[in-house]
Amino acid sequence: MTTMTEQLIFEHSRPGRQAAAQAPASAPTIDDLPATAMRRTALGLPEVSELDVVRHYTRLSQQNFSIDTHFYPLGSCTMKHNPRACNTLASLPGFLGRHPLAPARHGQGMMACFYELQEMLKTVTGMAGVSLTPMAGAQGEFTGVAMIKAYHEARGDYERDEILVPEAAHGTNPATAVMCGCKVVEIPADGDGDVDVAALREKVGPKTAGIMLTNPSTLGVFEQDILEISKMIHEAGGLLYYDGANLNAILGKARPGDMGFDVIHMNLHKTFSTPHGGGGPGSGAVGVGKRLLDFMPIPVVGRDGEGEGTTYRWLDERDVPHTIGRLSAFMGNAGVLLRAYIYARLLGREGMTRVAEFATLNSNYLMTRLKAAGFDVAYPERKASHEFIVTLKRQKQELGVGAGDFAKRLLDYGYHAPTVYFPLLVPECLLIEPTETESRETIDGFVDAMIAIWDEARVDATTLTEAPFNLPVRRLDEVAAAKNLDLKFEAETGDARSVA
Amino acid sequence: MSEIPKDLSYAKTHEWIANDGDGTVTIGITEYAQGSLGDLVFVELPEAGTKVSAGDAVAVVESVKAASDIYAPVNGEIVEINEDLDESPERVNEDPFGQGWLFKMAVNNADDLDGLLDAAAYGEIVDAEES
Repeated sequence: MTTMTEQLIFEHSRPGRQAAAQAPASAPTIDDLPATAMRRTALGLPEVSELDVVRHYTRLSQQNFSIDTHFYPLGSCTMKHNPRACNTLASLPGFLGRHPLAPARHGQGMMACFYELQEMLKTVTGMAGVSLTPMAGAQGEFTGVAMIKAYHEARGDYERDEILVPEAAHGTNPATAVMCGCKVVEIPADGDGDVDVAALREKVGPKTAGIMLTNPSTLGVFEQDILEISKMIHEAGGLLYYDGANLNAILGKARPGDMGFDVIHMNLHKTFSTPHGGGGPGSGAVGVGKRLLDFMPIPVVGRDGEGEGTTYRWLDERDVPHTIGRLSAFMGNAGVLLRAYIYARLLGREGMTRVAEFATLNSNYLMTRLKAAGFDVAYPERKASHEFIVTLKRQKQELGVGAGDFAKRLLDYGYHAPTVYFPLLVPECLLIEPTETESRETIDGFVDAMIAIWDEARVDATTLTEAPFNLPVRRLDEVAAAKNLDLKFEAETGDARSVA
Repeated sequence: MSEIPKDLSYAKTHEWIANDGDGTVTIGITEYAQGSLGDLVFVELPEAGTKVSAGDAVAVVESVKAASDIYAPVNGEIVEINEDLDESPERVNEDPFGQGWLFKMAVNNADDLDGLLDAAAYGEIVDAEES
């Protein structure tokens, strides 16, 4: 990896330089816009040659830590390999060229894909209906709680405004509840990392709108009392929301619908391997039980007829009478949904089960090896799900190096850092998720690096506390970055924005 | 072992409470709490005049690692906030029991203060978390 810091594309700019391939053949004339809408200053675009552009972006891509270049055990993010076939097939001209306003009869192929994806997601999660439109995990969560709220209101049950959230939950859960106008009631975890059922019983009541659970939880363990919790919430008149963040661990092996969940969101960009990172585009498809079928966001794809006479159509307010409405102008992130559909078809029924089997096998193998090397696991008595937590509290006390320092040093060894300092319950924690697409050799290499880093800390802690050493940028000043965020480029000399 | 002044009261959620003797209390977070959070980058404080109940989340301290709620230890009303923290949240790290105080409350019922932890009881909580 290069240690050179790449300049901004604006710093490569030289007046008059251009890439012939992109230069307009003739100067455009614009005479149909009112003068008030016209720019008076030139666009501040960089002036660079084609070769400048190619080298700049190639160098940037070489400095990137990505799943295509590095092991990426970022807990709770499911950074698995994205099969290239999904991208190739989703990029077929028939898919790319379809205009979202084209009539349904011209989009039957694409709609068939969406319909089949809905059906496959229903089957693998045990839900009665699926809507694919939410465009990210957070929007899927919002959809889920908005449906729970709409369900209670449709029944005239206006007093239910409390959403129960375990303390280890993703921060998006309480945020979602608040966005939907609910109050958050926090539920503690017990010593094994499960929801404290006794504490839950005290908080459940006539104001309970629902509970948001991640299962396996953010602590990396399967909720052992899920059936009891489910019964308790339903008896109190509340509904259960399943946060699909960790669905990869149980895909095809256990179904949220069978556990009693009324609504679930699935991060297709995690479990169904569509590309993610850097803000998307994501996909937070939702599945619902029978009670919420009439509340799903639209559009949903419906099917009429059988065999050769089969046609697909967009279901709207007439088909979904209590729908919470539309979350985007069209069919969510359609291109992402196609990739998820192709991924599901490539796996097939048996392959989907293997996802969960190998995700948990890899995770338990990695956990067992790190334990054997002397690392402390947060819940040593529990089996890992698809991820697990290592706590470096002892290393922090004995050697003065914590989770953040191990994470920075791992970068020097060519590994993307695991998730650090989440969940907040566990001090100095690394949340590690290898995913099913990694080989034993890769995982062994990561274990070797962790052992080597611990050894380095015993010799000289600064090897960790001042890491990384081998990357384009060294240790960042996180306080300054948070307090004095400065993202605007100002040319030191001359005006990089002026265009001749 | 972090510093736990004997003349202060504590909450198990790591706030310290100083009885100002005039019906008000001053509230901050402990040395142990600031150390666990790491460098603070932002402190969100309530508005003076806000009426709060014991256990309400009334403020937020955000570090490079995490954002954490600060809870009102007793029923009462916010009477003053530490406005310096807007510009200089690092005061909480540098001097948690002094210049890093967060807010002052008028207490509804002085007897409520008897329910708070003393230094020894809070010390046991810290010991349990550190072991």
